[in-house]
Amino acid sequence: MPQTEIKTRQVETDILVIGGGTAGPLAAIKAKEKNPALKVLLLDKANVKRAGAIAEGMDSVNNAVIKGHATPQQYVKEITIANDGIVNQKTIMAYASRSEAMIRELDSWGVKFEKDEIGDYAVKKVHHMGSYVLPMPEGYAIKKHIFKQIKKLGVEVSNRLTTTRLLTASDGRIAGALALESRSGEFVVIRAKAVVLCTGAAGRLGLPASGYLFGTYENPCNAGDGYSMAYHAGAELSGLECFQINPLIKDYNGPACAYVTGPFGGFTVNAKGERFIKSDYWSGQMMLEFWRELESGNGPVFLKLDHLADETVTKIENVLHITERPTRGLFHQGRHTDYRHDLVEMHISEIGLCGGHSASGVWVDENARTTVPGLYAAGDLCNVAHNYMLGAMVFGAIAGQDAVDYVAGLELPDLDEAQVAAERERVFAPLLREEGLEPAQVEYKLRRMVNDYLQPPKVTRKMEIGLVRFAEIREDLKRLKANTPHELMRALEIYAIVDCAELAALASLYRAESRWGLYHYRTDFDFRNDAEWFCFVEVKKGADGRPELFKRPVDPYIVPVGDDERNAYNELRIDTAAE
Amino acid sequence: MPHLAQPSVTIDPDKCIAAKGCRTCIDVCPTDILALGPDGKVHMAYDECWYCLPCQHDCPTKAITVSIPYLLR
Ligand SMILES: Cc1cc2nc3c(=O)[nH]c(=O)nc-3n(C[C@H](O)[C@H](O)[C@H](O)COP(=O)(O)OP(=O)(O)OC[C@H]3O[C@@H](n4cnc5c(N)ncnc54)[C@H](O)[C@@H]3O)c2cc1C
Ligand code: SF4
Ligand code: SF4
Repeated sequence: MPQTEIKTRQVETDILVIGGGTAGPLAAIKAKEKNPALKVLLLDKANVKRAGAIAEGMDSVNNAVIKGHATPQQYVKEITIANDGIVNQKTIMAYASRSEAMIRELDSWGVKFEKDEIGDYAVKKVHHMGSYVLPMPEGYAIKKHIFKQIKKLGVEVSNRLTTTRLLTASDGRIAGALALESRSGEFVVIRAKAVVLCTGAAGRLGLPASGYLFGTYENPCNAGDGYSMAYHAGAELSGLECFQINPLIKDYNGPACAYVTGPFGGFTVNAKGERFIKSDYWSGQMMLEFWRELESGNGPVFLKLDHLADETVTKIENVLHITERPTRGLFHQGRHTDYRHDLVEMHISEIGLCGGHSASGVWVDENARTTVPGLYAAGDLCNVAHNYMLGAMVFGAIAGQDAVDYVAGLELPDLDEAQVAAERERVFAPLLREEGLEPAQVEYKLRRMVNDYLQPPKVTRKMEIGLVRFAEIREDLKRLKANTPHELMRALEIYAIVDCAELAALASLYRAESRWGLYHYRTDFDFRNDAEWFCFVEVKKGADGRPELFKRPVDPYIVPVGDDERNAYNELRIDTAAE
Repeated sequence: MPHLAQPSVTIDPDKCIAAKGCRTCIDVCPTDILALGPDGKVHMAYDECWYCLPCQHDCPTKAITVSIPYLLR
């Protein structure tokens, strides 16, 4: 197919929201609510109705900050400690102080939250220190309630559009995005005054132990495109060495899930049936203890439910096998696992990047603004530590509302035809090529290399070799061959995965210490060094087109942390189980 | 559109009403791997299933069965 046959369409909007999963819909709803006269376009590479991490619902809100159970100050302190002190507390406070209002608003839209006899929210304790988990008895319906609001407000929705690059104007501000229609193969130029990037985690970075490319914990549509797009638009990325590694059901790669089973009496044990961690809340230190247990010869590690009453197990099944990842029951059936008398084997997942579960991503302030004027980021993509589902919604809302103020009185930024032409050429090259490498094979090789060279414990020499391999694979991208627009979308996602792999390796090499438990455990710098590394590691595209790494100081805390509390998350191990 | 030899997502052709215009599963699949074949029925075209279930849950005639993909069974 010659270049001239590629159809191009141009669209104009005031605010463009990229990613219709969790954060994106809230950004669009809140922008439209604040100024109904504005054009707000919400797009997704999937279908907004069923896109993102919450497509099949959620079991619970992992981080509900509700009066009577917790204060925003307590929450900010807990997340600061859980994250070894390196957080932008203002962003966490921005979330925490709006958490309850967001829950009440969702409640008014029809989302059900567990309540006690007197109608108060029934918050459970899963975190190491405070209580922040709020179950959602009909969590499977959450997306439906949100989609109703999108329709009600008249937000424009576009599906099956994969954005590949952001557009910037000559004055450096954001100017829109370029996208591939992954069914028709059309090229779409979207001009906008502000862009809210909500493309989720980089879930297709490491290769799952099963070897199945799409056997990921995160929604596999979240390939890391957003990190790559933000980087190429000149935005600053933060903490990419703070990997996401989760304790998951072995092979299935779904949540185990301590947040649901914990309050019912389930917990993690080693092969001797002994409990070895005090808290099942996901943190880097928890993952380190998990890994140590596996390495000590006490492994494998299991989720234990077989001591619970039959009706309790049934209740747990009714949550875990209906919402979030409902094929979980099917998986257990295939493996002949019944919680009543079998333990569930768990394992350490491959790496990914995710602000929602750890603390890395596009740098944003408490208004969800990135370092590029007019570009916002929200959800798993941005570095607001441990933000989870509700954090994605709150930050989406913050971004949408702030963007309305930003675009007021602005004209559409100029359109740089050279950017459009260059991207058009890059995007369609794999489709126009006569022959070449199959995208799935290149992706498999790349993600295998990510496992070999980046999976913690991190070793300097290994990461250096990894960078050489990633560079070689980057060269191979020039030989990718796609036969259909769908395959073309997959081919382009590999570009983003290479970017994420390279940036994650560079950030990991730059931080010459160990921090966040297993997330950044460096064997050749086997200690935490607060004197030199109590800062964020940042990366942005340098003037020479190569990544530029630098330190960003941690702002003075707005919620002080006492010396006696600082190390609370380092004391998770139950000593009797240690060998 | 390619056909897979051993798809993890199977569609009962007797129940599928794609010929009447139904496209529900094709629309909701996040990885966009379900496609209409020349026979007027839906099939799994790419081995990229997240075994997440919107297709099965939203199909009006319950024509779809999702199994765990072979590599992780
Ligand atoms: C299995 C699982 C269980 C979880 N359980 C809980 C829980 O119980 N409680 C809790 O609080 N949190 C939970 N979380 C975390 C929570 O769901 C996420 O933090 C949150 O939903 C992230 O929202 P998001 O908008 O950033 O990403 P998503 O909701 O994943 O949305 C990202 C969207 O971007 C789209 N996209 C990606 N790239 C592009 C592109 N290039 N162009 C266009 N669109 C694109 C994707 O299709 C997707 O729809 C869980 C997450 C997972 C994966
Ligand atoms: S949703 Fe069901 S009936 Fe409709 S096209 Fe798909 S398989 Fe056929
Ligand atoms: S289970 Fe999910 S990914 Fe697989 S075909 Fe159905 S909707 Fe698509």
